[in-house]
Amino acid sequence: MSGTELTLGKAINAGLRRAMENDPKVLVMGEDVGRLGGVFRVTDGLYKDFGADRVIDTPLAESGIIGTAIGLALRGYRPVCEIQFDGFFFPAADQTFTQLAKLRARSEGRLSLPVVIRIPYGGGIGAVEHHSESPEAYFTHTAGLRVVTVATPEDAYWMIQQAIACPDPVVFLEPKRRYWDKAPVRTDGSVDTATPMGEARIVRPGTDVTLVAYGPMVKVALHAAEADTERSIEVIDLRSLSPVDYDTVYESVRRTGRLVVTHEAPVTSGLGAEIAARVTEACFYHLEAPVIRVGGFDTPYPPSRLEEYYLPDLDRVLDGVDRTFAY
Amino acid sequence: MSDSTVREEPELIQLLTPDGEYVPHPDYPFEPATAQVRDLYRDLVLVRRLDAEAVALQRQGELGLWASLLGQEAAQIGSARALEPQDMAFPSYREHGVAWCRGVRPRDLLAMFRGVTNGGWDPYEHNFHLYTIVIGSQTLHATGYAMGVQRDGALGEDGTAVITYFGDGATSQGDTNEAFNYAAVNNAPVVFFCQNNQWAISEPNDRQSKAPIYQRAAGFGFPGIRVDGNDVFACLAVTRKALQHAREGQGPTLIEAFTYRMGAHTTSDDPTRYRTSAEIEEWRRKDPIARLRAYLVREGKADDGFFDAVEAEAEKLGEQVRAECRALPDPAPLDIFREVYAEPHRELDRQRAEFADYLASFEGAEGAAR
Ligand SMILES: Cc1ncc(C[n+]2csc(CCOP(=O)(O)OP(=O)(O)O)c2C)c(N)n1
Ligand SMILES: [Mg+2]
Repeated sequence: MSGTELTLGKAINAGLRRAMENDPKVLVMGEDVGRLGGVFRVTDGLYKDFGADRVIDTPLAESGIIGTAIGLALRGYRPVCEIQFDGFFFPAADQTFTQLAKLRARSEGRLSLPVVIRIPYGGGIGAVEHHSESPEAYFTHTAGLRVVTVATPEDAYWMIQQAIACPDPVVFLEPKRRYWDKAPVRTDGSVDTATPMGEARIVRPGTDVTLVAYGPMVKVALHAAEADTERSIEVIDLRSLSPVDYDTVYESVRRTGRLVVTHEAPVTSGLGAEIAARVTEACFYHLEAPVIRVGGFDTPYPPSRLEEYYLPDLDRVLDGVDRTFAY
Repeated sequence: MSDSTVREEPELIQLLTPDGEYVPHPDYPFEPATAQVRDLYRDLVLVRRLDAEAVALQRQGELGLWASLLGQEAAQIGSARALEPQDMAFPSYREHGVAWCRGVRPRDLLAMFRGVTNGGWDPYEHNFHLYTIVIGSQTLHATGYAMGVQRDGALGEDGTAVITYFGDGATSQGDTNEAFNYAAVNNAPVVFFCQNNQWAISEPNDRQSKAPIYQRAAGFGFPGIRVDGNDVFACLAVTRKALQHAREGQGPTLIEAFTYRMGAHTTSDDPTRYRTSAEIEEWRRKDPIARLRAYLVREGKADDGFFDAVEAEAEKLGEQVRAECRALPDPAPLDIFREVYAEPHRELDRQRAEFADYLASFEGAEGAAR
């Protein structure tokens, strides 16, 4: 593969930079995103090059970040908000759910809210409480938001730019334990030629069972598929969580007859539950077994010394695969 | 519990006494030119009529709900007539007087309360944002918009200022306090216009704030002023100065318009459960329209002919409001799906198509769905 080797974090940084170069209305805002470059350094260098008017260190108040971003968007800007960690999104929930997500519909399309909310999410970095959560289902349950997540540096580079270009509000979930994963990134082309943000991707073809994952779990799913020498596992990286690209999922399940969905978030009312319901409706006669979910438990995210038991790992994913073959 | 702090009675900026006497204020220059004062009077009377019609329409089942502005006309007309066309206003849900000044048609204003839309007008056409029901949220939108104005370099003598309206209850919200702080830190060109109408549904001021509301501003680092909210001159003069301050790049101001909600919180509310008629009586003596009328008469700036003409105009407006309201069509069922997203959305498009098919399946059937 050609292209520069970048970590996933650096790829988002490069994507942000390119979006800011291409459109003077793009702003970056959040806590510590300026001088510091963000606690994960995802906005590193932007403050120096674009200045304090375009890279805004906000007061420490998340509702204020999203609320003022709405105002900036109404004035014609394209704010990219950083929420420092998943667990700190909740103070901004009201502005996101009751305002940002609804204003286009309320105004019958007269108002456009091209706001991106970037959130480092998920566990696996040994963090303290509130720094390891997977809140995606709250967003996917909300009309008016688009929700995407990335698993590779190349997707990170392009999808952040697509999210910024999108006229709808986009929640952009960044798998924080993959920030340091490195891979080549093709930077030629444009947001229009890159794979559309809303499409799922088959990242490993297979014939016996479909394994749907997204964000941080794609790597785990791929490892699981490699490790299984008996069954041919097809791995799908969902990429877009709202809307879900069901066509790709259905097509795969109709071939394999089996589906396992995995995510870090608790299984109850999680995205896996929705996918299971939809696949059951659409692919009922193709299914050889019920859809199996492998996810986090319905508990608060545990202290870090226990997270390896909470997070679905290769063995738990394969255990889920085993279960689909027990029918 | 006793209050250990000795607080002086807060100063109230007033240019027009309840008896209709004009008292100039050195800090708030105001020239009560006859034509302008007559226009203000007309505004006050017309929005009161519009409001009364809406209450009646709710009683007749034409509206689902109405939040009356009765008693707050001067605060709204005074502040809104201080706005320049390029200025942007972010209202709460009771700002019918401001909407009036921004040119929102009565029909569009009523539409949300009739349940035919969740919006009603084009915010950019009027530089008047949609009503915001979640208490305090709009203060942040205004602040962000003002930060955008700064980035556009649209400040200066003829620059753009932003104003946001909220109630006394809203001053307890985190968002409002975050907005104060964001505006202060960014020196944003926004005026925070709080209509302290003494009540947040059933909760009086002292359940919301220990300190007088306007004094909050000091803690955030910008000026706060209390103005007589039933005095249209004072509201206009004070707001105009604050807007000018903002548009010239000198940052935010908090204006607390001290007024009174003469009616119920909304048409669903029963205020007899929490306040006395004596209190209402006391405020009736400070009525904003009566005092302007007294001024006009006292100064010989208007005669019966003028008052009768305004009355006739109000009568006509009432008819217009009634007719326009009743003529508002119900939206089509598939409008549920309208403009949720700007671009195609696989899932929603599928649901829409399915629902359209479902609706179509009734066509021609007995008792067909609308
Ligand atoms: C966040 C939120 N909580 C509760 C309500 C219900 N509610 C509607 S109006 C209101 C009182 C608001 O009082 P105030 O801010 O003084 O404005 P006023 O109605 O007096 O104009 C309440 C509690 C709401 N709309 N939003
Ligand atoms: Mg109130």
